Amino acid sequence: MDLLTELTILVLAAFVGFEVISKVPNTLHTPLMSATNAIHGIVLLGGLLLIGPAEGFLTEALLFIAIVFGTINVVGGFLVTDRMLEMFRRRPDPRAATKAELEAGAAAPVEDGAEPAPERRAA
Amino acid sequence: MAPFAVFLQDPDFIRVLYILAFICFILGLRFLNHPRTARRGNVLAAVGMAFAVVATLLIEEVGDYGLIALGIAVGTAVGVPAARNVKMTAMPQMVALFNGVGGGAVALISWSEYREALAAGGNPELETLVPILFAAIIGSISFWGSNIAFGKLQEVIPGRPIQLPGQQFVNVALLAVAVGCAVAIAAGTESEALFIAILIAAAILGNMVVLPIGGADMPVVISLLNAFTGLSAASAGLALDNVALIVAGMLVGASGSILTHLMAEAMNRSIPNIVAGGFGGVAVAAGAGADGDRGPVRSTDPADVAIQLAYAGKVVVAPGYGMAVAQAQHTVRELADELEKRGVSVDYAIHPVAGRMPGHMNVLLAEADVPYDHLKEMDEINPELPQTDVALVIGANDVTNPAAREQRDSPIYGMPILDVDKASQVIVLKRSMNTGFAGIDNPLFYKENTALLFGDAKESVAKVLAEVKEL
Repeated sequence: MDLLTELTILVLAAFVGFEVISKVPNTLHTPLMSATNAIHGIVLLGGLLLIGPAEGFLTEALLFIAIVFGTINVVGGFLVTDRMLEMFRRRPDPRAATKAELEAGAAAPVEDGAEPAPERRAA
Repeated sequence: MAPFAVFLQDPDFIRVLYILAFICFILGLRFLNHPRTARRGNVLAAVGMAFAVVATLLIEEVGDYGLIALGIAVGTAVGVPAARNVKMTAMPQMVALFNGVGGGAVALISWSEYREALAAGGNPELETLVPILFAAIIGSISFWGSNIAFGKLQEVIPGRPIQLPGQQFVNVALLAVAVGCAVAIAAGTESEALFIAILIAAAILGNMVVLPIGGADMPVVISLLNAFTGLSAASAGLALDNVALIVAGMLVGASGSILTHLMAEAMNRSIPNIVAGGFGGVAVAAGAGADGDRGPVRSTDPADVAIQLAYAGKVVVAPGYGMAVAQAQHTVRELADELEKRGVSVDYAIHPVAGRMPGHMNVLLAEADVPYDHLKEMDEINPELPQTDVALVIGANDVTNPAAREQRDSPIYGMPILDVDKASQVIVLKRSMNTGFAGIDNPLFYKENTALLFGDAKESVAKVLAEVKEL
């Protein structure tokens, strides 16, 4: 592929990256950083591409380490992100009942956040 | 060869698999925008990665499958337990470490590619050589910088800024050496020694740039290094003529840049300022200067705190890294439940950079089953604080420091903070009178309406909870 085609792809990918990500709420910044971190583990492919044709012990050793590093980046990155996000899954809200009572009473109204409120109310 | 195998190795088929991978990455990132779909988004991105890896393994020139399998096996054997066993509080370090190995992989790949080119007869063409050199510099900086960031957050290396004489000059000189060697190679010098000199100069630069940065800025630094690694991966893609690397690397480069910008903005800091270092150095001096007129601190006991909380109408909890370290989030939620049973409204004030990373507190509180709608971001909660009866600060320091509003000479002057001092009563749970991660004294502790409860956050909250139940 010629350089200009590659640069075109590069620039378009940058814009897609900006557009897709600029809407992430604060809450998800850490998982997002972690997920993008896992995605750049794609450098692993560089190791895969080069190790076959590579000659010489040192070059092969370097590429082997690169593959190990890349795999750690990918596997560890996605797993750690999943562990963070596991906590965002829907669970029965132990406070839902209390909250309803409170709202019925004279206590200060509890605002419903923009996040997953509809499902919570349904639960 | 069988026709099916030929089909699988068809470059067009491989390109199609790559396109599927891109779709997965982009949709995955989009799903990550919402808590409800975020987990699916992460899984989708991982599926995309699987497509990309399988497609690459099918490429005809790829060989040495035994070594590849071994490498992937070793990487998995290291990565899986690391990701599984890491504590929630240590997530930021873990991200720094995973980012570091990614950067290291880029540096190693660019080095091997240059070695291969030399073995094949000399410097490659400029359109390959320039991306190789760029990837080498950035990858090496990212690897070493991330390791230092890990060390600082893990407290293997002191979190305080470490200043060396002539730091700025040395950094500029190191960058000049790295870029100078790169230009020499690009101009036609064929020398592996020069290439190694680039890697070493960039390595020292990575160390030197991150070492002097204070802990409060560390989230921004990790995010910046994350973006750097993405860019270096894209650059390696240009060198290897691999579209998957270009697209995925650049997606990360763009996202990391935005995230870095958002974080720096939340702290009212400029990225060049942070990278130039010196935050903590100035901070310590200014803190010492302000020490003269501070009054005595008022300490309190759990029973007293319990009474104030139980008879309040509105309580706002401001959590920070201290809560994370003490693993106090579950106990905090129990306390909140107990208070809500008594008709007290309890909300959580989340500063964008509380803890060690944006969203750190949200993750911890979500782990403790605190509903999202009780987590309020700074702009939403600050106007409510003057009507708040008790602000309970749990292990947060710098993000509640009123010096950011009041003291022009403070290094954090201008940083948006949680205005907890505007509540009628402020109770600060704190291990000791040590300064926060940024090393700045906090005038909040000396205010008349502030009382301090010393001790481990979890134990303190548990004691308060027991007292509340007694009432």
